[in-house]
Amino acid sequence: MAEHLLEVSGLSVDFHTAAGVVHAVRGVSFHVDRGETLAILGESGSGKSVSASAIMNLIDMPPGHIAGGSIRFDGRDLLRLTDDQRRQINGRRIAMIFQDPLSHLNPVYSVGWQIVETMTAHGVARDHARAEALRLVTRVGIPDPAGALRKYPHQFSGGQRQRLMIAMALAMKPDLLIADEPTTALDVTVQAEVLALLEELQAETGMAVLIITHDLGVVAEIADRVVVMNAGEVVETGETDAVYRNPSHPYTRKLIGAAPGKGEMHAPLSPTAPVLSVRDVVKSYGEFRALDGVGFDLMAGETLAVVGESGSGKSTLARMLLRLDEPDSGVAMWKGRNLFTLPPAELFALRRDLQMVFQDPTQSLNPRMTVFQLISEAWVIHPDILPRARWRERVAELLAQVGLRPEHAARYPHQFSGGQRQRIAIARALAMEPQLIVCDEAVSALDVSVQAQVIELLDRLRREMGIAFVFIAHDLPVVRDFADHVMVMRKGRVVEHGSVRQVFEAPREPYTRALLAAGLDPDPEVQARRREARLAAAL
Amino acid sequence: MFGFIRQRAIASLISLLGLVVLVFFLSRLTGDPAALFLPIDATDEMRRQFREIHGLNDPLAVQFWHYLGDLARLDFGDSLRRARPAIEIVLEAFAWTFQLAVITMAIVTAAAIAVGALAAFRVGGLFDRIASVTSLVGASAPDFWIAILGIVLFSVTLGWLPTSGTGTPLHWILPIGVLFIRPFGLIVQVVRGSMITALSSAYVKTARAKGVRSGPIIFVHALRNAMLPVITVIGDQAAALLNGAVVVETIFGFPGIGKLMIDSILQRDFNVMLAAIMVTALAIFLMNLLIDLAYALLDPRIRH
Repeated sequence: MAEHLLEVSGLSVDFHTAAGVVHAVRGVSFHVDRGETLAILGESGSGKSVSASAIMNLIDMPPGHIAGGSIRFDGRDLLRLTDDQRRQINGRRIAMIFQDPLSHLNPVYSVGWQIVETMTAHGVARDHARAEALRLVTRVGIPDPAGALRKYPHQFSGGQRQRLMIAMALAMKPDLLIADEPTTALDVTVQAEVLALLEELQAETGMAVLIITHDLGVVAEIADRVVVMNAGEVVETGETDAVYRNPSHPYTRKLIGAAPGKGEMHAPLSPTAPVLSVRDVVKSYGEFRALDGVGFDLMAGETLAVVGESGSGKSTLARMLLRLDEPDSGVAMWKGRNLFTLPPAELFALRRDLQMVFQDPTQSLNPRMTVFQLISEAWVIHPDILPRARWRERVAELLAQVGLRPEHAARYPHQFSGGQRQRIAIARALAMEPQLIVCDEAVSALDVSVQAQVIELLDRLRREMGIAFVFIAHDLPVVRDFADHVMVMRKGRVVEHGSVRQVFEAPREPYTRALLAAGLDPDPEVQARRREARLAAAL
Repeated sequence: MFGFIRQRAIASLISLLGLVVLVFFLSRLTGDPAALFLPIDATDEMRRQFREIHGLNDPLAVQFWHYLGDLARLDFGDSLRRARPAIEIVLEAFAWTFQLAVITMAIVTAAAIAVGALAAFRVGGLFDRIASVTSLVGASAPDFWIAILGIVLFSVTLGWLPTSGTGTPLHWILPIGVLFIRPFGLIVQVVRGSMITALSSAYVKTARAKGVRSGPIIFVHALRNAMLPVITVIGDQAAALLNGAVVVETIFGFPGIGKLMIDSILQRDFNVMLAAIMVTALAIFLMNLLIDLAYALLDPRIRH
């Protein structure tokens, strides 16, 4: 074929902000052919989503502005079409699915209505659209399809919602599907299912797929070719395998090098008396058993990773340990005292030993406090830790310890990047001089390269200060690099508990094996082998 | 859905009962009811008879029981001034207020939603700026001043509209017009803010990616989501109107419940006042149920 299905050339997108013009996308060029899958790989702020939004005419103008370039789709330059012409292409010729399907589906209309609307918006008769919606929902594997059409988005699980989004996107049999981080918010086993569904549907319909992701594993699993973006520019383009084997650009090399799950695994420490001993924790919310007899031991300077999918009870466990929520029964012995039965006054004194770092530093740091106030607040609450005269000096020390500079103390959280904010959250936890830090998905929201740095920081604190960590995570490669012991949870119960090497190299339980198998490897060859094994198992 | 409505109905029923109890005790315990209910120039003999007839010498519990019985039969006794059952007088006045409130709120709601939604579609555009300024002025304008201004302009100077009273459709225009301004300004602001949030939401992005036209995106996708906070304000404003727009009714000599309440207080017509309180409370109770029902109809997440 002489012409590419989609050809973006020299695309530049600016945003006019209060702080001046931001060049979000600068001279970006790439193409997608019929039937192929192209991945745009990049970290936050790379311009990958803005490029996709430009194709769909979804950029708000103002403040956005297409500063130059062309987007040729099937021979026509989309940027020269009227809004109404572009509207007729959207949904019919090019469809899009998004990260977080819950917020991208309209909460007050039934999913059937929303799928039908995709078709009626392009002139399909309502009766025909209804029949087609039923077929699509059946095809994407939703149980009880006829009943599902009458239900609302909140009545489905995350994976089902993404399947429904896919059904909606495919309603008009588009030539191109743009998928913006379609599996980022999903559990690892669900991610594998959704990607497999996309691959099947692509084989059936012959559509092209443009997938936007930050995850090398997703690229390895699904993409024929990859475009690597950084800071608004394309830094590298090529066949997925070739780019992974021989990255030519330093940024690509850095990205591949930062992918977790390849380092040396920790050897277990020689056993000593545990600092924290948890037994038989039970917690129910009404009928729902969130935790059902969970227990573990943790030594000083040790990291216990608690892994599991959503609903496994891992975050509930974290909340119990810090008494942010009360368990129904169970004990947690900390220095000879049961955390769960401590009266408030003693708990207050003990709080400084136990600190927590949350997933989203944007939400866990008060936006109206400076970094100095955020960190020194610990000493306002516990004045015996440090005399006021030494606060400035100590804040500077802590900032240096987490890799920030002393002059950052006067700034506010919004002036930092996500990774820097998480470092501030860690510095705040360290200000209490804790002996145990519970990290609830503390690196999940961070870019891969930043993730690696934060993990390195946590590991250094563990070695140098003997801090014990309970590390709640769903991302197995990160766990592999950081944990000493791994506890796998499912539906409130401990499925498997062992040293990191045992769990990763010789998992005993089928569920652990399934979790590991569903994980995506950044190496396209490894991923291709897994895909073949999966197909063979299916046959 | 019925579970939600039942729960809400029980909650507001409890506050309604609270009001019933409060009214009883306030009228019995803040002094001698005979002194409260009877005209100031009543003789001691009249007071003694009054206590006798109304069982005011009975124990409080017995009196409360009788009071509840009367309430159930909507028997508030006769007006002390007009020798008719208090409830009749109140219901007549309430019918006027009810019509005024319903017509005003219907116009306000339709106009405010249309203006607010369109203003939110192009934030900072000419329409938005005009709508924002007008609604802000409307929301902050004192109604007694607007009412007097309206009379001066339309009745006195231009002679187009009657100054007060009822009788022809023309009599309704000034009261409705004046009552319209403040809720309109307020609701436009709420609709606009709520619509701006809804229009920048992820599901609107999905609708645009699906190729849905602007009209349905504004009025189908965004508006239904944006309506939830708006309904709360509509309910609030409607409740204020049902309570009787005292100032406006007085200025325009409109025979509504607000004017009746003020008159009955000035004339110490206690039975009428109690009846008026109970009737408006009941109306507001029913309207809150209606609001909750609207919530449940608009948002399936509340239903389930």
